[in-house]
Amino acid sequence: MNLRRDVFQAIADPTRRAILMLVATQSMTAGAIAANFDTARPTVSKHLAILTECELLRQEQNGREMYYHLNPNKMKEIADFIEPFRKMWDDRFNKLENVMKLYNAKK
Amino acid sequence: MELKTKVNAEEGRQDLTITRDFELPVALLFKAYMEADLIEQWMGNKVLKLESRKHGSYQFEATDPKGNKHRFSGTIHDVAENTKMVRTFEMEGTPFGVQLEVYEFEQLTEHTSRLNMHVIYESVAQRNEVLKMPFKQGINWAHNRLEEIVNKLK
Repeated sequence: MNLRRDVFQAIADPTRRAILMLVATQSMTAGAIAANFDTARPTVSKHLAILTECELLRQEQNGREMYYHLNPNKMKEIADFIEPFRKMWDDRFNKLENVMKLYNAKK
Repeated sequence: MELKTKVNAEEGRQDLTITRDFELPVALLFKAYMEADLIEQWMGNKVLKLESRKHGSYQFEATDPKGNKHRFSGTIHDVAENTKMVRTFEMEGTPFGVQLEVYEFEQLTEHTSRLNMHVIYESVAQRNEVLKMPFKQGINWAHNRLEEIVNKLK
């Protein structure tokens, strides 16, 4: 549970969300990511560490460079969090629709 | 695939919206919320009280699989036929507090309609409790690339 909370804390930060969007299309080095922000490089590194820690980002060594890329499975896990709530309403509305179709047919 | 029911809960807000399109004329959709026997059928609850009018109130009772009874109730602030309903909602005896619910019933075509539900909670924290998570993000990041990636995984 703790890990999950961390994931949500991770994406609560606008800079970290921007980082995720950046690496969503291609893997990037820390330097290339930092170049997109006005924030100091160590701050960006800290964000990268947090994102890596909660597995939203994965590091990959490519030659001398370390690349960061998105972990889509972790993203899916986050997306799924709202799903039970949505599903509950969807089921309820499906029932409403069926009940009212039946009601209409009986008239 | 386009989802029929959409939930939009933006980060840091104490409200959320639920939108659903129905293959029902708007009058039937509206009726489903107004009549006790219909509510009992689709919500699976007992209706203890229902006054579907301005300044009316309601009380429903649900029985969980263990046989425990849960009551929820509220005041109906306003009702406009086939268009709108404003009411409060409270799960009695829970710490979830009171929420304000605005229902907008919208005709799409002669045979289809849309329900827009706007739910406002007492606080951001309370809404997040209801959502059963610290806050909702992920899939509803509008128009961003992450959403596309997530959708491809489904």
